[in-house]
Amino acid sequence: MTSLNRPLSPHLQVYRLPLVAILSITHRITGVALSAGTILLAIWLGSAAYGPEAYDQVSALLGSPIGLIILFGFSAAFYYHLCNGIRHLAWDFGQGFELPTVRRNNVLVLIGAAVLTIGTWAFALTH
Amino acid sequence: MSLRTPLARARGLGAAKEGLSHWIEQRVTAVALIPLSIWFIISVIGLAGSHYEQFQAWLSVPGNTALMLLLLFCVFHHAQLGCQVVIEDYIHGRGARIAAIYLVKMTSALLGVFAGVAVLRAALVGG
Repeated sequence: MTSLNRPLSPHLQVYRLPLVAILSITHRITGVALSAGTILLAIWLGSAAYGPEAYDQVSALLGSPIGLIILFGFSAAFYYHLCNGIRHLAWDFGQGFELPTVRRNNVLVLIGAAVLTIGTWAFALTH
Repeated sequence: MSLRTPLARARGLGAAKEGLSHWIEQRVTAVALIPLSIWFIISVIGLAGSHYEQFQAWLSVPGNTALMLLLLFCVFHHAQLGCQVVIEDYIHGRGARIAAIYLVKMTSALLGVFAGVAVLRAALVGG
């Protein structure tokens, strides 16, 4: 097939990635990380079905320093995926493709995710 | 070897007719997860540091049981749909791609059913 010998456009790596492209791949990375994190959700709920002892063990593990660091990372990934996901939904409706809007929303997504993450932990730890 | 061009062979076959439902389900679960995950986070903060009895009492409130099951369905469905797209984009070998997608779907189903059964058992029977 001659079509296989046609010239290809330059590969992704020759371009300098704009911020929106970095945020786009971060959406996927956080999505995969959150998917892996669902194992924790299943373990936590599963422990409740096995009884008070199992539940207390898992709760202690999640409340330990390492557990809290993992939960913090999980919450940051979640809030990023939430904020950028809302932008994706707007894109699905054909909204927000103009460059100035894209640049403004880059900042909004990052600030939104940071504020929600820090706000949640500030509330949880002082509550 | 056929003298027809690749375009002529593809023309008239129509769409594969399997992409649209995937796309729609991913968005429907995404929108549902916005309020569900906010409910989940607020609830979990309220339950932080609580004992098994408090958690069990909270989970056995019918509204909480229902929302938790709905959240689990949306989380695991959304996660496996998203991971499938990532695999389709980055794993090019046909066999490896099919195996990876199968693994992701089966793992999601296993974790989701396990978590759902755990919620029902903890809510209705107690540990």
